[in-house]
Amino acid sequence: MNGTAGSMPQTEGKMTRRTIPLSLIVGGVIVGLHLLAGLLTLFWTPYDPTAMVGGRLAGPSLAHWAGTDRLGRDLFTQILIGARIAIEVGSGAVAIGAAIGVTLGILAAFATRTLDDVFAAAFDILIAFPTLLVAMLIVAASQTASLFTAVLAIGIAGSAIIARLTRILAKRVLSMDYIVAARVAGSSWPSIVVVHVLPNIWPTLIVNLALQFGLAAMAESSLSYLGLGAPPPNASWGRLLQEAQGTVYTAPFGAIAPGIALVTLVIGVNLLADGLRAFADPTRRGRR
Amino acid sequence: MTALLTVDRLSIATQARQLVRNLSFSIAPGERLGLIGESGSGKSLTSLALIGLLPETMAATGSIRLDGTEVIGAGERQLVALRGPAAATIFQEPLTALDPLMRVGRQVGEVVRRRLRHEGLPSSAPAVQTRVLELLSRVALPDPERLARVYPHEMSGGQRQRVAIAMALAWRPKLLVADEPTTALDVTTQAEILALIGQLVREDNMALLFISHDIPVVAGTVDRVAVLRQGELVEAGPVSDVLQAPADPYTRSLVAAARTFDTALGRLF
Repeated sequence: MNGTAGSMPQTEGKMTRRTIPLSLIVGGVIVGLHLLAGLLTLFWTPYDPTAMVGGRLAGPSLAHWAGTDRLGRDLFTQILIGARIAIEVGSGAVAIGAAIGVTLGILAAFATRTLDDVFAAAFDILIAFPTLLVAMLIVAASQTASLFTAVLAIGIAGSAIIARLTRILAKRVLSMDYIVAARVAGSSWPSIVVVHVLPNIWPTLIVNLALQFGLAAMAESSLSYLGLGAPPPNASWGRLLQEAQGTVYTAPFGAIAPGIALVTLVIGVNLLADGLRAFADPTRRGRR
Repeated sequence: MTALLTVDRLSIATQARQLVRNLSFSIAPGERLGLIGESGSGKSLTSLALIGLLPETMAATGSIRLDGTEVIGAGERQLVALRGPAAATIFQEPLTALDPLMRVGRQVGEVVRRRLRHEGLPSSAPAVQTRVLELLSRVALPDPERLARVYPHEMSGGQRQRVAIAMALAWRPKLLVADEPTTALDVTTQAEILALIGQLVREDNMALLFISHDIPVVAGTVDRVAVLRQGELVEAGPVSDVLQAPADPYTRSLVAAARTFDTALGRLF
């Protein structure tokens, strides 16, 4: 046995500890802060978000960390609530998009050739429409702008990209020998999906889902900015930006603060996803 | 005597090309048959056809009876029932034959659990684990308890192939199909794997269909050989007859080539 036992990767299993990637830590902290802020607003906010508590368009101060808006409402309070809305929309839209997208993608990967071609063409056509446009269409068709229609619209609009990615990833896994081996050993299709396909496409999919989360949070801001998202008094970041637009020269911080909040959330989620992938993939562990 | 596997006038074709033509052979329970041929002669396709796993772009005609069931035209449900108890396969490339994201013990365990359920035996985690360790030590893997916890990329090629063999054995199949199981391995490891397959087949009294392009490899492992050329059977018979007195010119050239190669090696060392 010494011919095979002496090979080099042997000891690797013992030596590599799960080193936690830096991106996982940084991303986790950023997303954690947003999550904490969002959760906090369920129980407590610094001020009543709808009450006029300070001077109009005040700059940042100890009493009002992010200043006040043109009606004298505390901006920091509204940004905290905005974090909750962004996370709700992001996770809701990703959940809907993933449920539709992964299901369709897996079905397409398993379908017969003709059906697969139909699926693939349908995904491509859907992707050709800008996500925001599709979301606006869906919101317009539902006639009422609410947080829920926004989530649904963004989720459906994003599902085509997830479906296409899932289809390609699943097809690649399905062409591997271990799938044939599993079939030879008598595995049924559903068990192959659960045991082999999903775990193997998961690392790539999770990163894409995180990207989708960021895009969904931004899409919600865009919809709100256009007045198609959560209606007032929901303090969505997009609505804050839109309201600050008219006074951006006199009180720039009203636009800067929600902007920073949105950007940090998106970056944080992306870092978290990249870190998760590096952490979860056994073949990449300890290689950095 | 009823054969375990009877292939009768098997033809495999894509829309454009005929890949295997009128192939007939049979394997009795416990018998070891070698299928020899150069690359592209249809050996691997034949092995896939046996268990109904041809790609959908290819069509098989003729008859394949495996353990009393007609494979050609059988539904997926019948085929799933057949795969495992009747026939199990070892593949050429041990790296891709294992799921890269699953610990070795769990991969073997998946098959073991399915068999235990199939046979109505308790399939609790400890019961499965015991059988997995048994199988891993049967294929002569050192320290099975540690190796069960590693991922495929942490093992050597020979060790991976042993795991693949363990997975095939997990079903205690009546027929073991080995599709060039040693091609991706170095010569020393190759000899060890061949010895292991030979020993396991004898111990469990399995029939063996051994597919290879390498005549010396086949000769030591099987009782009878069948020679394929461009999808057609050119010669079949007991190993000693075919290799010592090949009747067909193609077989003669294969044997001569193998001999020249051996002589060349002999001169070198």
